[in-house]
Amino acid sequence: MTTTMERICMRGNLPLRILVAILVIIAVLFIGIPLAALLLRVPPELMLSSLQDTVVIDALFLSLVTASISTVIVIGFGTPIAYINARCQYPGKKIIDTITDIPVVLPPAVAGLALLMAFGRRGLVGQYLNLAGIDIAFTTIAVIMAQVFVASPFYIRQARTSFAGVNRVYEQAARTLGASPLTTFFSVTVPLAITGILSGAVMTFARALGEFGATIMFAGNLQGKTQTMPLAIYGALQGDINASLALAVILVIISFAVIIVIKILTEKEEAAP
Amino acid sequence: MIDIAVKKVLRDYMLDVNIQMPEGGTLVLLGENGAGKSTILNLVAGLMAPDTGHIRIGGETFVDTTTRTCIPAESRETGYMFQDYALFPHMTVYDNIAYGLRIRHLPREAIDARVRELTGPLDLLSVCDENVGSLSGGQRQRVALLRALAVKPKCLLLDEPFSALDVRTQVQVRQELKEILTAANVPAIMVTHDLRDAVALGDRICLMEHGEIVLCGDADAILQKGQHPFIDQFFIRS
Amino acid sequence: MTRSTLLISLAAGITILALLLAAGCTSSVTSPAQEKKQLTVFAAASLTGAMTDISKTYEAGHPDTKIVLNFDNAATLRTQIEQGAHADLFLSANTKHLTALQGEGLIINNSVKIFAKNKLALLIPKENRANITGLSDLAQPGIRLVVGTQEAPFGDYTRQALGKMANDSAYGLLYQNAVMKNIISEEPTVPSLVAKLRIGEADAGIAFASDVSEGDRALVTTIPIPDRYNVIALYPLGIVQESMVKDQAAAFAQFITSTEGNAILVRYGFAPADR
Repeated sequence: MTTTMERICMRGNLPLRILVAILVIIAVLFIGIPLAALLLRVPPELMLSSLQDTVVIDALFLSLVTASISTVIVIGFGTPIAYINARCQYPGKKIIDTITDIPVVLPPAVAGLALLMAFGRRGLVGQYLNLAGIDIAFTTIAVIMAQVFVASPFYIRQARTSFAGVNRVYEQAARTLGASPLTTFFSVTVPLAITGILSGAVMTFARALGEFGATIMFAGNLQGKTQTMPLAIYGALQGDINASLALAVILVIISFAVIIVIKILTEKEEAAP
Repeated sequence: MIDIAVKKVLRDYMLDVNIQMPEGGTLVLLGENGAGKSTILNLVAGLMAPDTGHIRIGGETFVDTTTRTCIPAESRETGYMFQDYALFPHMTVYDNIAYGLRIRHLPREAIDARVRELTGPLDLLSVCDENVGSLSGGQRQRVALLRALAVKPKCLLLDEPFSALDVRTQVQVRQELKEILTAANVPAIMVTHDLRDAVALGDRICLMEHGEIVLCGDADAILQKGQHPFIDQFFIRS
Repeated sequence: MTRSTLLISLAAGITILALLLAAGCTSSVTSPAQEKKQLTVFAAASLTGAMTDISKTYEAGHPDTKIVLNFDNAATLRTQIEQGAHADLFLSANTKHLTALQGEGLIINNSVKIFAKNKLALLIPKENRANITGLSDLAQPGIRLVVGTQEAPFGDYTRQALGKMANDSAYGLLYQNAVMKNIISEEPTVPSLVAKLRIGEADAGIAFASDVSEGDRALVTTIPIPDRYNVIALYPLGIVQESMVKDQAAAFAQFITSTEGNAILVRYGFAPADR
């Protein structure tokens, strides 16, 4: 909190501060008002009755489980890529960097089509899997693959920036103290990059939770197996808009809860030492 | 025992150094910034590799390009004190000093005893549980030194250990370090741009310029006017 | 106030002003009363090919009218009209949504008429590796079938058709169960269903006969479903109450139901409306 004297000294900046305040208020309202409109339109009784519908329960459960698994997979595979690209130079690095970023630019439906053309039963790789009796498209695995594909750039980009921001000298110090490269990574690099890593993971989870276009194309839409919340919402939209709104509000509330819990937990980590 | 004979192509010049100290002791590398002194430390620590040559410390061959041997950095048991200390910012004083000991899986009591043994005489016991970010410059320097010493290294590497300290602390710490080095009784290589540090602590002093050694000798031999402009500047001052 | 603060404030102020002006300008562009009258038509997505053709033909014959088409699924269009989106004519894929809008007083009641009919058909990829020749093959184990969601008209009618077949001794309840089991995905829109057929990921799909575009006919074969099991979808149109160009809308509606308009609809796989 600023002191009286500090406020007096800052007086010259008042117009700028007012402008900034206005911009912040507009930005928050722009996001907040549509959300509020959504929440106000749905009466609580409708939401409660929706929550008891098996379609909704199945979709919620599937969404949360697949998004969690997808996030874990993205962290597992994305962390090495992010670290290597943060630290090392190698031929073709720029190409690899661009490839890992591309899913962000691709319209999700196109991403789904691409996955289908790669892993569908007539696909580039899928045709051989099909011969072995393995069919990936239209399964829950396909849901996870679609989410991993579209959501991975969020984590990889953020993790890469965070790792690059860790001063190498700390890793060097750990090495001279006897830590192997792997031990150094987990005891020094990760703790120093953790805020960015967690933020990237949360973004990935959120994107996976909201994923629609690639999922409907590659995994299809079947209750309990591949019908995630976004698919259920879109399906309901065709029939009863109120049901659709109720589902949308449920998704927003659950996502909000998950993300804020993660933020609280991670802030505790920072406050601890 | 120190045996360094290495060549390495660097960005601005070629590093070409040949130093032998069969009796061990403290080697001081003197010179301007960018002369290649810190690179020698990194080569000895294993953070960099030479193009050709070998490094043998205390009887152990760290790296030898002719036989293609190379011991990884984490196995060389060197204690490195970095120029800006590189204290782990997310850890307390205790955890920093204990880091190397924990890596070696020593039992908790042994680690505890060792940390107390080190921090006591240097007046750091009271700040053991504080995060390193809240320490003064002098305290951080001591913690960095203790962290390197804690694992009882076979060789000490010190990069400009006094540069970040004020003059009064420098004098005091120079004396402390002399005692610590004598007590530790391991080969040590110290990098500095200050002749006073070199003279106070070095058994052998080597002046480096553009990756090469231009002058080598003990304190008396070095402290002669007219040998090299770098030495002369200290005479004008005093 | 320092110079740079003044400059930043001015720049921001100008930007905001510019945005407001732009918003004001665009809203006034859509008002009619220039040489051409603009007719905004909201039409169900399944009418995309047919309506584009029809409106081009109409514009050629009526240079004073410019038709703007907005295609989407009928439920979305209905919601948009309810929320005040500007439309003059609404063409729906089933009566439900239009009736709802009538109930809300948003449609001119006596303008409502059926302009086309549609029937379900069995769609097969050209390759037909699963060797499907007719409805009975759909019950074979391992067939990968795609249909519409329950809420989508084409999905709703599919289930009705299967219900009819279940009641017929030629197919029966076992047939219906077997077919439902073969469903690998319920598509909310037709394009995603057809996409899966085109690249051979599904063995068969059930949608409207009109849903296979001319471009897709090389890749997808259409097998008609007998009338006794089929569900006739009625496509109604209506003029929106708030339209500013009601006469033009009526004229266009007239054209759609004329012989010429009907002929175009038939070419796209629809059945003509009764007179």
